[in-house]
Amino acid sequence: MPKRKDIKKILIIGSGPIIIGQACEFDYSGAQACKALRAEGYEVVLVNSNPATIMTDPEMADRTYIEPLTKEYVEGIIALEKPDAILPTVGGQTALNLAVELAESGILEKYKVEMIGASLRAIKVAEDRLWFKDACRRLGLDVPASALVNNAQDALRLCDQLGFPLVIRPSFTLGGTGGSIAYNKEEFAEAIVQALDLSPVHEALVEESVLGWKEYELEVMRDFRDNFVVICTIENFDPMGVHTGDSITVAPAQTLTDKEYQRMRDAAGAIIREVGVETGGSNIQFAIDPVSGRMIVIEMNPRVSRSSALASKATGFPIAKIAARLAVGMTLDEISNDITKKTPACFEPTIDYVVAKIPKWQFEKFPGADSALGTQMKSVGEVMAIGRTFKEALQKGIRSLEPSSPWRAPAETPDSLLREKLATPRPDRIHWLLVALERGLQASEVFELTKIDPWFIGQLEEIVAMNRRVASVTVETASKDLLREAKRHGMSDEQLAQIWKTAASAVRLQRARWGVAPVFKRVDTCAAEFESYTPYLYSTYEDEDESDPQARAKVMILGSGPNRIGQGIEFDYCCCHASFALREDGFETIMVNCNPETVSTDYDTSDRLYFEPLTLEDVLAIVEKEKPQGVIVQYGGQTPLNLAMELKRNGVPIVGTAPESIDLAEDRRRFGRLLEELGIPQPRNGTALVPEEAARVAAEIGLPVLVRPSYVLGGRAMVIAYDVNTVQEYVAQAALMGTAKPVLIDQFLEEATEVDVDALSDGTDVVIGGIMEHIEEAGIHSGDSSCVLPPVSLAPAILDTIRSYTQRLAKALKVVGLMNVQYAIQRETVYVLEVNPRASRTVPYVSKATGVPLAKVAARLMMGKMLAEMKLPLVTHNGVSEIAVHDFYSVKSPVFPFNKFRGVDTILGPEMRSTGEVMGTSKSFGLAFAKAQLAAGQKLPRNGTVFLSVNDRDKRQVGSLGKELVALGFRLLATRGTAAALQGAGLEAEAVFKVNEGRPNIVDLIKTGKIDLVINTPLGRESFYDEKSIRRAAIRYNIPCITTLSAAHAATRGIGAMHEQGIEVAALQDLHRAGARVHEEKDAGE
Amino acid sequence: MVCLTYPHIGNTGTNQNDEESPKPYIESLIVREFSQLTSNYRSEESAQLYLNRHEIPVIWDIDTRALVLHIRKMGALRGIVATDGTSAEQCIAEARALPSMAGQELASRVSCKKSYEWNRGSIELALPPVLPGKKEQAEERRLRVVAYDFGIKQNILRMLVDNRCDVQVVPALTAAKDVLGLKPDGVFLSNGPGDPEPAQYAVENIRALLGRVPIFGICLGHQLCGLALGGKTFKLKFGHHGSNHPVKNLLTEKVEITAQNHGFCVDPDSLPAKDAEITHVNLNDGTNEGIRHRTMPLFSVQYHPEASPGPHDSHYLFGQFTKLMKEFK
Repeated sequence: MPKRKDIKKILIIGSGPIIIGQACEFDYSGAQACKALRAEGYEVVLVNSNPATIMTDPEMADRTYIEPLTKEYVEGIIALEKPDAILPTVGGQTALNLAVELAESGILEKYKVEMIGASLRAIKVAEDRLWFKDACRRLGLDVPASALVNNAQDALRLCDQLGFPLVIRPSFTLGGTGGSIAYNKEEFAEAIVQALDLSPVHEALVEESVLGWKEYELEVMRDFRDNFVVICTIENFDPMGVHTGDSITVAPAQTLTDKEYQRMRDAAGAIIREVGVETGGSNIQFAIDPVSGRMIVIEMNPRVSRSSALASKATGFPIAKIAARLAVGMTLDEISNDITKKTPACFEPTIDYVVAKIPKWQFEKFPGADSALGTQMKSVGEVMAIGRTFKEALQKGIRSLEPSSPWRAPAETPDSLLREKLATPRPDRIHWLLVALERGLQASEVFELTKIDPWFIGQLEEIVAMNRRVASVTVETASKDLLREAKRHGMSDEQLAQIWKTAASAVRLQRARWGVAPVFKRVDTCAAEFESYTPYLYSTYEDEDESDPQARAKVMILGSGPNRIGQGIEFDYCCCHASFALREDGFETIMVNCNPETVSTDYDTSDRLYFEPLTLEDVLAIVEKEKPQGVIVQYGGQTPLNLAMELKRNGVPIVGTAPESIDLAEDRRRFGRLLEELGIPQPRNGTALVPEEAARVAAEIGLPVLVRPSYVLGGRAMVIAYDVNTVQEYVAQAALMGTAKPVLIDQFLEEATEVDVDALSDGTDVVIGGIMEHIEEAGIHSGDSSCVLPPVSLAPAILDTIRSYTQRLAKALKVVGLMNVQYAIQRETVYVLEVNPRASRTVPYVSKATGVPLAKVAARLMMGKMLAEMKLPLVTHNGVSEIAVHDFYSVKSPVFPFNKFRGVDTILGPEMRSTGEVMGTSKSFGLAFAKAQLAAGQKLPRNGTVFLSVNDRDKRQVGSLGKELVALGFRLLATRGTAAALQGAGLEAEAVFKVNEGRPNIVDLIKTGKIDLVINTPLGRESFYDEKSIRRAAIRYNIPCITTLSAAHAATRGIGAMHEQGIEVAALQDLHRAGARVHEEKDAGE
Repeated sequence: MVCLTYPHIGNTGTNQNDEESPKPYIESLIVREFSQLTSNYRSEESAQLYLNRHEIPVIWDIDTRALVLHIRKMGALRGIVATDGTSAEQCIAEARALPSMAGQELASRVSCKKSYEWNRGSIELALPPVLPGKKEQAEERRLRVVAYDFGIKQNILRMLVDNRCDVQVVPALTAAKDVLGLKPDGVFLSNGPGDPEPAQYAVENIRALLGRVPIFGICLGHQLCGLALGGKTFKLKFGHHGSNHPVKNLLTEKVEITAQNHGFCVDPDSLPAKDAEITHVNLNDGTNEGIRHRTMPLFSVQYHPEASPGPHDSHYLFGQFTKLMKEFK
């Protein structure tokens, strides 16, 4: 069927900020949908609150709205744009839920907008667990026994019927939020309360457990003509019980016979038809009892998902792009396969390699969180690796994670602990499995403990046997055959070097001597049956190489690897932009990355894609093959930067700022000297290796101090210490971790304002890209702080100082490309906190705020263009060029994963913990802030009751805040001290009990819905427990909680702006046009 | 010799229920990695033991993708497996001397020697497979089908039984009059090896049966139908082998994902348009995948609707065959 002509304008809903369970994969799918629909001639309107995405680039859609993903704001956009249709299936659960809300509240009907890609009915059947089960039962398919409950009493009665263990799943939550497994009544009672709380409809499913069964996923597509294809099968290495997002998964399925697979395929086809997903992609999960073969249906996602992004990368079949075309009425046989060109998209990809996906967790960021894996997803990112065998893929995957060097179990681990490590899945289980087999634990026992399929355990045994054979020789005596076999098992040079107690470079030398080098094979959707036209490559140790490098001028871009807190989508954004810009300039671009969620690993982002681990060994192998003119290392965050010096030593041509400058900026002593020479102040600082030294240094500097390890991104393991003991403890712990690197100790500037600056330099000229003022005070990690561009409270003289310092720093460091500087302003003095001569997290946000794509410009600078020839919209302040800002404010706010980690304190500090960010724009700062907060899920109340509890320092200023709140009509509640301070300022404030003072206390009030906004600034250690429980209660009951006074002031301005202005939306394209008018609609939602 | 593109082979072992013929007919299997270990609840014998028992050598640990690319460029090749130290030159010379598949009549060589009845339907796994519309209707009369064995896959027989047919399998050389003597409701023409053109005996038999009894052909059976209607066949460069070939049904405009295994093809332009209607076409290369007679009860497909291994999208053709038989009464 040809595409529909009755639709002209389509609204695509994005997935919002990166959160656990919803990451870059939806930028990938949304960007693909935008491209596909525009290529078919449709006008595309996009809404997404996340500025760090490629999809929100103003070139990707005809109209781009960076606005909160709420019913009211999207209605505002619909009213303005009047789209014919809305596509909700490429923006994850967020978009799907929002579309349901828009449909059910009559908004779609009111504006005559058709939902395409999935009907309301199909979404509801697929998403409602009971309806879905009914649908499966109608088809004669087996599902786990279960019941839906909406109160704890009914739930407890169910236990007796179903028996333990039981799975508890709250309805309508993301990534299994709030899901858990209970083994007894006590656990169950706790879990069910939490699940009901978390469900937006106060409902949860209690289900028979199929723990330990084999778990599979099918990625399927269907079109209007009822053509149905399976794109990919995925088998979970970790059996049922671990969320698929937290499982190691493998494509294709390894342990199904054709009969079992076809039964699953038939079931998937029947389900998608019964549920009524007329077009697009779906993901359907199954479990199989390994003993009887009984197959049950677990669940379905009637949309593009994380797994479908993985499936797209695993097969080369672009599910989202095709799904978008199917949504407008095209059929699979009308769409051609991009890779083979001659064959249609209506087929089932076949693969002649193995793909392994391994999740990336960061429990070290959340002390107190339980690292046991269960039905709630806890990983923050993932890597994918391709090999010709499972062994090779798995080992490549393990080294794609960082740290990439092989993990070793402590030698003294007793067997009982080993068994415990196998029985309870945690992030490091794969390593323990290898240790157990190395120790000689029988495969059968490993199976009993883990229920991991014996075939996988057999593969691990083969890896262990290979290690043993390698250990029997040395690097000098290893034969060519043995070396090649070890490489064919996926062993890295680093791994071999560890076994042989030598350097990886020695292994590399030996490989070169024997001629043992990888070849590159193509991912082509068809196992070589047809010629492939897209160089999408992976390395392996085989005979034939298919890379076919070209003789063009080429640039290689090193990506950022798995998503982490502090290193996420922002860096992928930069890498993609480098590729886009340099492609436009006629270079052949070569992308290297191992993160399947990203736009950078889309085969049409760059001319050539190497889906490879970002380790020295793997990168060097590609460089040797491609011989690029330049390699960009400053866009992928710390991952490629860590390789920069070694790459350079190996003769790799690094373009842009020299690795030596990057090194200089990170070397405290040398950098300190440089600042002295430049006459730029920095906080007093020192380093220490042992506790005694630390105490001395801290005393010299003066407390409080900021303590942290060297060489980090995202402020890992930083603390602010108010006493010497804390400093000493910290250093002692760091020494225990075995890092021979010194601990850094800095003067902590209290009550300072922090500022981030992104700048561009070509080595001669410097241009300020953007100056961002943090809304939280210094001390909160810059990634966790809200900030505003342009600044709102800095004096012109201060700004000029910042500009001048930035220019001097860029010149001194001979920056070519991007540079980020963090400043703290305390009492008129501007201090430099940190300089990073590389792309920063704020680059996409600044680009969206200013309309100048900084990453593209900087990529061109790295390849030799000059700022003078770029025709940038510049203004000059005191002799420093700066990109002109528009007459609107852009506020960036972070989004935190606290609801995923029970028991973790939510207080912000120097350790970055946010997973994503949103942006709000408006002509008024208050409204921009309020929109950003709303987009981040902090719904600021327009009226009601505010609870205040502030520390002594803040008590001096709480009066003015109280006045603003009262003027807006709020009632004030406060703890005794704060109430006294408020009363002292002439305000009415009711005192309430702290948690340990009596009942009802503040937590009781939060639980009973009496509080609409919490303002709680940390008092310090003494009231730690009390505050923690207040903040946890606020998170749990979804009440906005503000932890700094400056943010509280911004919030009151925001609430004030909401009172005055109502819903206001504006397209980026209009905002970027000079003199743009901001569209306004007074309280459209009311 | 068969080279498999997927690198891990033998993971799930073998079992009797999944067998498609009394014994494997390949000369050698070429794989990247052959599993040392079997993991499947239905497995009865490891793939290694199974092939050992049938004396089929396995070549493994080679770059199978390189071999596939070579075959794609060169077309299907003749080959020799030697382990006795014969020189490469000698082996190449011997392989070159092997007869090409073109012109070889192999169906009668692999066919059963004696007629037999088949009454086993598909096995059920732990749960019945989902087959919409496959509900048993007890009151219905069973149909009698005579199946020509040109190298028949057993799942075709199982599918016929599943569709309420009593099946009599007959050798390839059975004369049409003897088949009619069995008073069948329909005649089935099976898949099989070799070049269809030299199998003139079968072409003659089909011509003699045409119009007197409903006919359904699969694979070689389809090619023989093409020849019987006056068409020609030709050899493909490297054939169609696999379970992911898209085939469009021109009558319904729906696409089926099909299992295929053939080296020869019916030339659709050679068919007399007044008799033959093209019903199915391969979307990858546009080759013919199915025909039917415009006036007589005959239809055939080039691919394997019985699958096993392969998707079940084309099972409907068995229903179409029983419908044709019932209507012919």
